[in-house]
Amino acid sequence: MTQLPATTHKKLGLVIDLDTCVGCHACVISCKGWNTENYGAPLSDQDPFGADPSGTFLNRVHSFEVQPQEGTAQLFHFPKSCLHCEDAPCVTVCPTGASYKRVEDGIVLVNESDCIGCGLCAWACPYGARELDAAEGVMKKCTLCVDRIYNENLPEIDREPACVRTCPSNARHFGDLGDPDSAVSLLVAARGGMDLMPEQGTKPVNKYLPPRPKDQLTRQSNGTHSPAPLPEPVATEAKGFLNWLDKTLEKL
Amino acid sequence: MHPAPSVIFFSTFSGLGFGLLIFLGLGMPDVTGFSAFAFFTIAYLLAVGGLISSSFHLGRPERALKAFTQWRSSWLSREAWCAVVALIMMAVYGAGLVFFDQRWGLLGLLGALASLGTVFTTAMIYGQLKTVPRWNSLLTPANFISLCLAGGALLSGEVTLAVILLIVAGGIQIITWLRGDTAFASSGTTMATATGLGSIGSVRAFEPPHTGTNYLLREFVHIVGRKHAQKLRIIAIALMSVLPVVLLLVPFNHWIAVLAVASHIAGVLTARWLFFAQAEHVVGLYYGKR
Repeated sequence: MTQLPATTHKKLGLVIDLDTCVGCHACVISCKGWNTENYGAPLSDQDPFGADPSGTFLNRVHSFEVQPQEGTAQLFHFPKSCLHCEDAPCVTVCPTGASYKRVEDGIVLVNESDCIGCGLCAWACPYGARELDAAEGVMKKCTLCVDRIYNENLPEIDREPACVRTCPSNARHFGDLGDPDSAVSLLVAARGGMDLMPEQGTKPVNKYLPPRPKDQLTRQSNGTHSPAPLPEPVATEAKGFLNWLDKTLEKL
Repeated sequence: MHPAPSVIFFSTFSGLGFGLLIFLGLGMPDVTGFSAFAFFTIAYLLAVGGLISSSFHLGRPERALKAFTQWRSSWLSREAWCAVVALIMMAVYGAGLVFFDQRWGLLGLLGALASLGTVFTTAMIYGQLKTVPRWNSLLTPANFISLCLAGGALLSGEVTLAVILLIVAGGIQIITWLRGDTAFASSGTTMATATGLGSIGSVRAFEPPHTGTNYLLREFVHIVGRKHAQKLRIIAIALMSVLPVVLLLVPFNHWIAVLAVASHIAGVLTARWLFFAQAEHVVGLYYGKR
């Protein structure tokens, strides 16, 4: 049914920290790895080793340069996947009922056996979270690893989305954003978590944590910014072999 | 947006076909027998041909029947219903005209309304999308419906009405273009809101997430076609409205009428190509493109 649930008690989603993401793309790879062999059709690649490779991914990492009014430009890595919106426009446009938002936890999913591949849901999504698989002809999107988070065959530590589990810099967090006392909700409150494109009225569940202010570099008298002062040498007197080598070289 | 030929042909020809069905349903021209058969054949070839053409852009056309289930929320599903209801009602109405020499006026009126509804629902598929500010306006259905009525009047040979409707459709087309040119800027969606980084400074796309292309760029970021947009607009309006009106005002001749129809179709195809090629999806902002 493509009518959205009026409310969902649970709002499972991701919190992505733009301050700590290092842009390693490990989440992209682990997402593709898990999802190409689990829920639904595989994530196909076209011409993967040829001149013009392309393929289906559910999670991608952009990089943006931001130039502040004063000071040097800053670089941010920006992971982007489905935001599991409360007012998901991709769901209501679907003519077949293949796209739906789960009442029990708010996850937006595609029932691939009902999808006709018209692409309208991808047109309706402002975030580019949906990609039509060129081999399968059906729409693919982030499932929030619905086949991991409730999977009792996995150790409890692995029952979170593959991207969250793999992130080496803890830039991705998973939890219930409908519960104001959950760890992710507290994190969002503490760091001023934000919505992407709020003016589109999609009410995304996923939140982004804005980068914290950068340290100020000291300005030198010649106008340039200096890096931190060089540390003093720790070892002032060499011992043993290095001492002998030092003395010998001095004599030459 | 990628100007897919299947969707351009679909919306142009089915719009024309349903436009002709609207006029036939209202008894213009009031034909029966063989000439009614000829008119209905043309209308059905255009309308059904357009609908079949649209199925070419589906990833899984064999499941197309499932598209009838979500009429409560989806404009695409509503379009499917309107099209089928219109085609069935007009087939029965047409059979009365062709085989029984009978004009069942109420059925024709209902069929005309359903045909109008089909074009309206088609336009709303595009008009509903907040992600494409150029389309997100009631001018989109006004544009589609005015062209459908002008084309229908032209095909049904209602010369006076056709002249008026062609001028109206041309005017709405120009207003749609002018409003569309400022739509993206006034939508309020920018790279700053897309990334949430605007409070720090001006945002620039530094590196895309992938070295090759992908579905999003192929489908939503089509920049090539915009280069000659202004010239194509002039060509479109000249072929769609100006030339057919001039041809209709000179003394009537069947060959001139055929030329007017051909010119109108070429103009609408050009305008429809621009409708897609010039439309900018907000997702392009993540790639620093529009």
